[in-house]
Amino acid sequence: MADEKDQGLHSPFRRKLLMGMAALPAMTMLPRTSFAQAPATAAVNTTGLAVTDTEVTVGILHSITGTMAISETGSVQAEKLAIEQINASGGVLGRKIKFIQEDGASDWPNFAEKAKKLLVNDKCAAVMGCWTSASRKAVLPVFEQYNGMLYYPTFYEGLEQSKNVIYTGQEATQQIIAGLDWVNKTKGAKSFYLLGSDYIWPRTSNKIARKHIEGHLQGCKVVGEEYFPLGHTQFNSVINKIKLTKPDVIYAIIVGGSNVAFYKQLKAAGIDLSKQTLLTISVTEDEIDGIGGENIAGAYACMKYFQSLDNPNNKAFVAAFKKMWGEKTVIGDVTQAAYLGPWLWKLTVEKAGSFDIDKVAAASPGVEFKGAPEGYVRVHENHHLWSKTRVGKAKLDGQYELVYETADLVEPDPFPKGYQ
Amino acid sequence: MESPRFLSRSDVIGLAALALLLVVILPLSLDVFRLNLVAKYLTYAFVALGLVLCWGFGGILSLGQGVFFGLGGYGMAMYLKLEASSVENTKIQSTPGIPDFMDWNQITQLPLFWQPFHSLTLTILAILIIPAFFAYLVGAAMFKRRVGGVYFAIITQAIAAILTILIIGQQGYTGGINGITDLRTLKGWDIRPDHAKVVLYFVEVAFLFGCILLALFVRHSKLGRILVAMREKEDRVRFSGYSVANFKIFAFCLAAMFAAIGGAMFTLNVGFMSPSFVGIVPSIEMVIYTAVGGRLSIFGAIYGTLLVNFAKTSLSESFPQLWLFGLGALFIAVVLIFPNGLAGIWRDHVQPLIDRMINKRKSGSDHHNGKSFGPIADGAPAE
Repeated sequence: MADEKDQGLHSPFRRKLLMGMAALPAMTMLPRTSFAQAPATAAVNTTGLAVTDTEVTVGILHSITGTMAISETGSVQAEKLAIEQINASGGVLGRKIKFIQEDGASDWPNFAEKAKKLLVNDKCAAVMGCWTSASRKAVLPVFEQYNGMLYYPTFYEGLEQSKNVIYTGQEATQQIIAGLDWVNKTKGAKSFYLLGSDYIWPRTSNKIARKHIEGHLQGCKVVGEEYFPLGHTQFNSVINKIKLTKPDVIYAIIVGGSNVAFYKQLKAAGIDLSKQTLLTISVTEDEIDGIGGENIAGAYACMKYFQSLDNPNNKAFVAAFKKMWGEKTVIGDVTQAAYLGPWLWKLTVEKAGSFDIDKVAAASPGVEFKGAPEGYVRVHENHHLWSKTRVGKAKLDGQYELVYETADLVEPDPFPKGYQ
Repeated sequence: MESPRFLSRSDVIGLAALALLLVVILPLSLDVFRLNLVAKYLTYAFVALGLVLCWGFGGILSLGQGVFFGLGGYGMAMYLKLEASSVENTKIQSTPGIPDFMDWNQITQLPLFWQPFHSLTLTILAILIIPAFFAYLVGAAMFKRRVGGVYFAIITQAIAAILTILIIGQQGYTGGINGITDLRTLKGWDIRPDHAKVVLYFVEVAFLFGCILLALFVRHSKLGRILVAMREKEDRVRFSGYSVANFKIFAFCLAAMFAAIGGAMFTLNVGFMSPSFVGIVPSIEMVIYTAVGGRLSIFGAIYGTLLVNFAKTSLSESFPQLWLFGLGALFIAVVLIFPNGLAGIWRDHVQPLIDRMINKRKSGSDHHNGKSFGPIADGAPAE
């Protein structure tokens, strides 16, 4: 009896028929508008992307295992939240977003392999992903070769611009120059000690910082510059040098787990961050979670977003994020930038009236997102974002308190003249 | 039999089966994307093959094969990068005509050691000779002083760590942790499109068969027998008048050369090279491929590499959150239950079954020893 029934179900034709019939009542439930607006698939997808009459597929490509998982998890969460919100508000061109998630596993070639899979096999209309520069460099040729669209969330060193990438984080000059001007003006800082982890982002950023300090700030100088391997945990010798040179500002671009050791050792060495100015561009609320608010309170960070920003967009975003991922989660700069990716893509697709990569790339410049938690953002011709730069002061509870923001949006300049 | 003397009948069958799989079945059944993945996996098979020679036969466990893989890969990457960095392609830089990462690091002139990599001939020579020469230096320093076993493994691991740190630290000259990326053409021939990937796959398979034949030749030669004898009882070989160190150095150099060829093919197939293939973790992974395949078996190593990498890819695609646990379980299962790897399973379970079937048909008329992996594979290693 049961066997007969099963066999019937296993007949592929019959199963399809049944499924189709089951879907009929569901179709009437869909909001009318989504059908009224949805243009024909053939018109909005001329290059064979994974777009159907009701669905469009995008990829999420971050490390959820390995050393970078701790940083990239926030981005994944933000992207999923944005996709859910977009779907709840009617989708993109009347189509629901379906995502395929792949694990980059903190392994750069693996990123390239998975990117290729998302583009070639899954025909994703867009991919939200990557975090480190190394992973972006690994996937960039893949996106250019197979003509995909990547939304990249991290603040990074610049020196790159691609038709196939939208950079939703800040490039180096946006993050650095306003912060240095601020610390020079309000703290009267004249001498700077530059620190960084040893790879391209901190090195390029410090190069820009040095050029700005020596070339554009009156009477300012760099008194030291040092780099440490990723994962380095012994900062005592450099802390001693800092004590000897007594710089007005410690400018720190140390990334990942090294931060925990660095700030603890600073405190243990008696450097009081309420008296010694420290400006960082690499510690978001996510990192403070590991460092501990009591070890970093008093330090300044310069980026474009803090969880504590007081505006209606951000309040709604933080509430929705916590509702989806738990009260205890914190939201850092990159997480917010990752949240922009799906939204910017949706707005761009609707502006272009098409999912085609070439049209989306061409329509990107000028796209505005007024609902961004950081406030208004706009896409520049160079595929980076116009956004404000902000300085926050770390508090004991692990949050930043906004102390300064630029009056206007700062223009992205990935190939800064005079800073290279 | 017509086959050359160094090939036993089971070798010929093994070669034919592998050729059937790599030349016919996989290219016909997989799309270009998956075939390119297989090409990537097979680059590790070169390393695994070298490890069978020096670890399985010679008993020299190297945990630093990533060094040679990396040297070969970087050699090829340097050539391709120079070709991609023509003045015209890099006119946006402050110094056009040098690789982009050098420009980012304020280097204004191509360093001297990059110069030879303008020439493809010199590059190929460098890929074959530099890793082998480096292995010779390491081997000579170690084996002549009778350093072996665990100490040798530790030292190779240290070398892998040193080279990674060197590459990451000297980012102006090496591309640092990002590696050398955005490689485009080989002598003007674009390596990125699908048809190029297919061509590269077959070239790689051809090289792999060349290396397998060489490995089989070594195994059946007097040299191979001395290697095994050394593994079992080094002192007796020494007392018999053989220079143990020289044989070990040779096996180590050959393994290094195989790894370097794999590395160069990796760069061509994947399109970039980075320090994450040089360090300790990838080196150990390569040993695991060999162990899963069966370190005493030349063919086993290749199947082991393919199996582990297939598992890695498919597990991570299906279970992005849990795949590492699955992979870990696979390794533990293999080591616990099948210490001789895939080759052991074949020899102990599948081969006897086939033999029985054949023997039933023509009882005794065509007697052969029924040992799939030759005399060397059969002796359980004494350790």
